[in-house]
Amino acid sequence: MNDATSHHHDAKSGQDSENVVPTVGGEQQFTIEGASCASCVTKIEAAIKQVPGVSSAEMNFAQGTVTITGNVDGAAVTGAVEKAGYSAKPMGAGSEDDALEEKEQAERAYYKRLMREMTIALALGVPLMIYSLFAGEMTVSTNSERLAWLIVGLLTLGVMVFSGKHFYVGAWKSFRNHSANMDTLIALGTGTAWLYSMIVVFVPHLVPDMARHVYFEATAMIIGLINLGLALELKARGRTSEAIKRLIGLQAKTARVSRNGQELDIAIEDVLLDDIVRVRPGEKIPVDGVVVEGHTSIDESMLTGEPMPVEKAVGDEVATGTLNKTGSMLFKATRVGKDTALAQIINMVKRAQNSKPPIGRLADIISGYFVPIVMIIAVVSALAWLNFGPEPALAFAIVSATTVLIIACPCALGLATPMSVMVGVGKAAEAGVLIRNGEALQTASKITAMILDKTGTITLGTPKVTDVVLVEGDSEDSVLQLAASLESGSEHPLAMAIVETAEERGLPQEKVSNFGAIAGHGVEAQLGDRHLLLGNEKLMVDRGISIVSVRDRAQKLAAEAKTPMYFAVNSKLAAIIAVSDPIKEDSIEAIKRLQHAGIRVVMLTGDNRATAQAVADRVGIKEYFAEVLPEEKAKKVAELQMQDEIVGMTGDGINDAPALAMANVGFAIGTGTDVAIESADITLMRGSLHGLADAIAVSRATLRNIKQNLFGAFIYNVAGVPFAAGVLYPFFGLLLSPVIAGAAMAFSSLTVVTNANRLRFFKPQEH
Amino acid sequence: MLLINLGGVALIALIAWWFWLYKPGENALNDASSLIVVESGIYQPAHIRLAANQAAELHFVRKDASPCSEIVQIPDLEISETLPLNKSKSISLPPMEAGDYEFHCQMQMYRGVIHVE
Repeated sequence: MNDATSHHHDAKSGQDSENVVPTVGGEQQFTIEGASCASCVTKIEAAIKQVPGVSSAEMNFAQGTVTITGNVDGAAVTGAVEKAGYSAKPMGAGSEDDALEEKEQAERAYYKRLMREMTIALALGVPLMIYSLFAGEMTVSTNSERLAWLIVGLLTLGVMVFSGKHFYVGAWKSFRNHSANMDTLIALGTGTAWLYSMIVVFVPHLVPDMARHVYFEATAMIIGLINLGLALELKARGRTSEAIKRLIGLQAKTARVSRNGQELDIAIEDVLLDDIVRVRPGEKIPVDGVVVEGHTSIDESMLTGEPMPVEKAVGDEVATGTLNKTGSMLFKATRVGKDTALAQIINMVKRAQNSKPPIGRLADIISGYFVPIVMIIAVVSALAWLNFGPEPALAFAIVSATTVLIIACPCALGLATPMSVMVGVGKAAEAGVLIRNGEALQTASKITAMILDKTGTITLGTPKVTDVVLVEGDSEDSVLQLAASLESGSEHPLAMAIVETAEERGLPQEKVSNFGAIAGHGVEAQLGDRHLLLGNEKLMVDRGISIVSVRDRAQKLAAEAKTPMYFAVNSKLAAIIAVSDPIKEDSIEAIKRLQHAGIRVVMLTGDNRATAQAVADRVGIKEYFAEVLPEEKAKKVAELQMQDEIVGMTGDGINDAPALAMANVGFAIGTGTDVAIESADITLMRGSLHGLADAIAVSRATLRNIKQNLFGAFIYNVAGVPFAAGVLYPFFGLLLSPVIAGAAMAFSSLTVVTNANRLRFFKPQEH
Repeated sequence: MLLINLGGVALIALIAWWFWLYKPGENALNDASSLIVVESGIYQPAHIRLAANQAAELHFVRKDASPCSEIVQIPDLEISETLPLNKSKSISLPPMEAGDYEFHCQMQMYRGVIHVE
């Protein structure tokens, strides 16, 4: 093959994301065509370096790719390379579409070929079968019969060459390679039947009278049926990847970009970082970005599963592949090419679809030894017939050996797991659930306990100040102003609630000094001669500040699911500031679904016990861990694991990373499309906890499907092979015909794929 | 009959030896031979020798239209890649410890081994 040209397409059809260092912003890759010698490399690199904005250009001659850094217009690079006498094509997410199209084209051609081969084989096999059924035994006794069967034998050879060549070539090549596969079995089975028949035709006297039987119909029928099975399987397989096709199809082809004061439509591969892109109503968002002008509502359901359109105004993020509904707007590109959230999602789903859950391992081990074992069984079976079988023992031996070889189907075993994973992972992606790999999928199906972080998971994570109870201070405003000044340096959600409320009331913040955070407890700082302290009860007790006078009040607030915080000035309690974080609308419903699924739901929060109790009561959770310090979250996960629970942990994926890692399955709950893809086993793209229930439902359905497939494939082979060998013959006089074996084998793998496809219609419970 | 039975037993022994016991030669990996062709049910070459603790790159070219050959997996390295038809696909291998690393298609009908030493 021609190295330079055939390598170049390579990486464009899918980056090897696990092993290739992710490209940093400003790096682009192109495939180069026509570079046939090493000296072209310098020429091409030099041509690219002439393009404004290029800071470096490095070509990989073996792969035919060039990597460019700098913020560069892709079209300019393509132009420069063309001027130098070669051609260049950008690599990136956009070409996923082309790769998919090429793949489908190849599959269509392959399907046609299989169908053609099937037709030819059955055109000979079916009449022969009918003849054998109606005209009786196909035996050879007279010379004219010999001649007639010789012609049929040669026709069968024609079928073997035309329709079955791929089996024989494959079998021979793998034989030489000391490996054996399905081709080996088919080639041996059909070859044995044909060869025996030809011996009967040419040298009948070598074969006992009663065994002078020909099996040309078996050879032709088996080849035809297996080709048919392969063709149907190919079609069915195509459907298993519908979900990923749909994701790839979300990508727009062009973007309307503002360049030099002009708006022009360019290919999305050519969109650069910081380009200003216009999107009109009804158009797809072409790359990730931030709105800079206008406002609109955007349908993000294709990525997040969230049916309600999301309002977007200046400063809001928009994601590739989502649909602009109402307004025209301008946005600035922040992620392009394979860095967009959509491209990363596609990559992740693809990888997960190809990965195997542990349940498939046994089948893998078996299929590794399967074919040679079947060959040995065929020999043993033939020997048994020859030694103990009734006459014509030789004919029985040949038939049973052929049937054993043909009926055994390692494919069904091998396909059982990956086909279901393919459909299941895709199905989950449709519901906005990204599953990292097969192992996560399998473990999620076995989860017995689920820990939900309260803030941001059960609740919206946007707390508001609800009450200010004065103790010493002069007015609510002055307390809030001081508290906001203190909290302005903190990023804690509760702190942000206070700062926001102060800003809403128009209270200016003052600059504090010596700011310090007491993890899990509160904050303190100095403002002029005043020492400010804000935090929970424990902090006050630790500092010897009496809160007895307001304890009842605080407990009442907590019972209302509010979080009371104590504010002290110069070691004297000034006020209680209560903050409440609204519960997400559908949390209660989703938690109910989890509980119905038999899962022990446990809430985890840093909040005080009373508030935790109140929130837990409202959402119907019986168990909770309260007053948990951030670093203790992982310990709580371990605690449940000690009770023999298989623990799922759901959190925001950033603060909860250690706990997510400790859990058997970590779920990161996303907010919209800005997902922390790398952090968890399973990522929920929308904020709703329904995604969690969906994830578990899909994983359970997928595992059930895999088990059905594995069970079916095991039973089929375990029952089919002895039956084919003739174990039932001594008792019931039953012996399988090789043609039936061929049909059974062809359709057993089709059954597996079809069963996996049933998952496509699985609906996680309506909500 | 005795001869036939002996022949049968010999055949079984031959099958076991040929497919399981025989240790085929390996191809040392260098720039020229890092190309693995996927065709007619096999990886060619299927036995690859690599030096330990060195990153390497394999180039796969799939010439087999059968969907079985579409995915290549190296389970020990958690690698699973889709191979486009008639095009090269490079797979980067991280530095590996000495040992055998199998690679195969989804159904394990196409099989190969990377021997790291």
